[in-house]
Amino acid sequence: MVGAKGWRKAGIISVFLAPSLVCLLAFSLGPMIATAWVSAHEWNLIRAPHFVGFGNYRELLHDEKFQRALTNTVYYLAGYLPLVMIGGLALALLLNKRVRFVGLFRALYFLPVVTSWVVVSLLWKWLLHPKDGVVNWALSMFGIHGPGWWTSRTWAIPSVILASVWKDLGFVMVILLAGLQAIPETLQEAALLDGATSLQRLRLVTLPLLTPSLFFVIIISLINGFQVFDQVWVMTGGGPAGSSTVVVEQIVKNTFSYGRAGYASAQSIVLFAVILIITAIQLRMQKRWVFYA
Amino acid sequence: MRDRIGSRRPRAFGLYVVLVFGALVMIGPFLWMVVASLKTDRNIQQIPPTLLPDPATGRNYGRVVDAFPFWRFTVNSLGLSLTSTLLQLILASTAAYCFARIQFKGREIVFGLYLATMMIPQQVVIVPLFIEMRNLHLVDTYAGLLLPTLVSSFGTFLMRQAFLGLPKDLDEAAFVDGAGHIRVFFQILLPLTAPALATFAVFAFMASWNAFLWPLVITAGSQTHMTLPVGLSRLQGRFTTNWNVVMAGALITIAPIVTFYAFTQRWVIRSVAFSGTKG
Repeated sequence: MVGAKGWRKAGIISVFLAPSLVCLLAFSLGPMIATAWVSAHEWNLIRAPHFVGFGNYRELLHDEKFQRALTNTVYYLAGYLPLVMIGGLALALLLNKRVRFVGLFRALYFLPVVTSWVVVSLLWKWLLHPKDGVVNWALSMFGIHGPGWWTSRTWAIPSVILASVWKDLGFVMVILLAGLQAIPETLQEAALLDGATSLQRLRLVTLPLLTPSLFFVIIISLINGFQVFDQVWVMTGGGPAGSSTVVVEQIVKNTFSYGRAGYASAQSIVLFAVILIITAIQLRMQKRWVFYA
Repeated sequence: MRDRIGSRRPRAFGLYVVLVFGALVMIGPFLWMVVASLKTDRNIQQIPPTLLPDPATGRNYGRVVDAFPFWRFTVNSLGLSLTSTLLQLILASTAAYCFARIQFKGREIVFGLYLATMMIPQQVVIVPLFIEMRNLHLVDTYAGLLLPTLVSSFGTFLMRQAFLGLPKDLDEAAFVDGAGHIRVFFQILLPLTAPALATFAVFAFMASWNAFLWPLVITAGSQTHMTLPVGLSRLQGRFTTNWNVVMAGALITIAPIVTFYAFTQRWVIRSVAFSGTKG
């Protein structure tokens, strides 16, 4: 029944699908399942793994460093997300007007997006240098004594937020600008004819029709934000004295510095669960506020 | 009429002031980086900072290249990013064609696996991934750097949407003419997915050019296979207070990508915008 035709089809499918599927299983799904397995062990990657059941998870409940890492990650998101959304939206609205050199402004605002996190982090570390940095010098012109930024316990996370918002502003702007330009002009004109003020048009026409784009950016930013690592590693190294540590940094340190791969895997599972729950909540809430025309 | 012009001009002027100020905030730091990279060790610590390097020196670039094999890092990064992007495009488009055009049992389940992994960030699987590479003896090798980047569920999803958007009559006519799947894929459908391919290529290239965590972990042993971002992050420990040298190193690493961007920005931005409307 299978016959020559069936075999040919199986051959075609394996030619097209197998390379991708093998990689998916070997480097994504497989390791995901393995993370759960490793998390039930104490393992320094040198001696044989030793089964501890839920021991690692129980330890997490009392681990102050991990709790600080979680709090800092949430703190980072609480600062980063509103700033990058409002800033990106403002830029997109400005560039959506009939201005000249739109292409030039858009290209300039987008430039930090194509540079790497390491470059952006080093650059901002220099700009925010407590002694020789240009930011504190500019503040001193206004008679303000600038803070210690990344050398200070209080200002380390805000420094990271500042650099991150600066880097991602252009990305948010481009996505939202594309969303704005997809809004049919006839709707705006109709609202104008009905005597709507520009603020009313923004609130009642533009923003509702932009919600799918806003939703897309929020989901992506949340998923990426929970994995914040590069900029923290370069700018603060989690310091001073562990005050700006984040979850992924804990995972890296536990695996490669403290020889605790099992414990790090338990942290990975918790991080994954958090991302999953937040995304699920977002997907449920989308019915309440996202408007698909 | 006069009234309209009168009320519009100042507003337009205000708009440009805001836009130019925004551009300064985004571009100023890059210019400051160029200035810093040309300053001497003494000049860089001067307060108030001098607007231009005084005196200007190109020595910092030499110091960076002497301290680290930056050309090697550049070749590593470039080779890795190009290979990874090309292979990602191939794997994603062939798999996507399969999901969009070939009926087989369990297709939805397999595609569901791809959607599920979209939710799994690489950061989360880094521990077993490292163990796996160690067991395969691929730590500190190009293959170890490359393999985990090859399959992108985002790319597969994007390409599947692109194939689904093409009319079925196209391939049916070709099948009647006696073409097989491979010919239909390469000669008829794939060229029509160019916008999606371009979008995915931009994302894939930027992601692998800028990747940090995995290259940091997998090349920790030596400098042979190290990529630019990892090499650059090491520079900081070597030149703790010499920000002029660090900025010179940073400039070397962004020069290729910024040059490329300067010529392709329209296309890059359109590609990113495309992902927001189709994704």
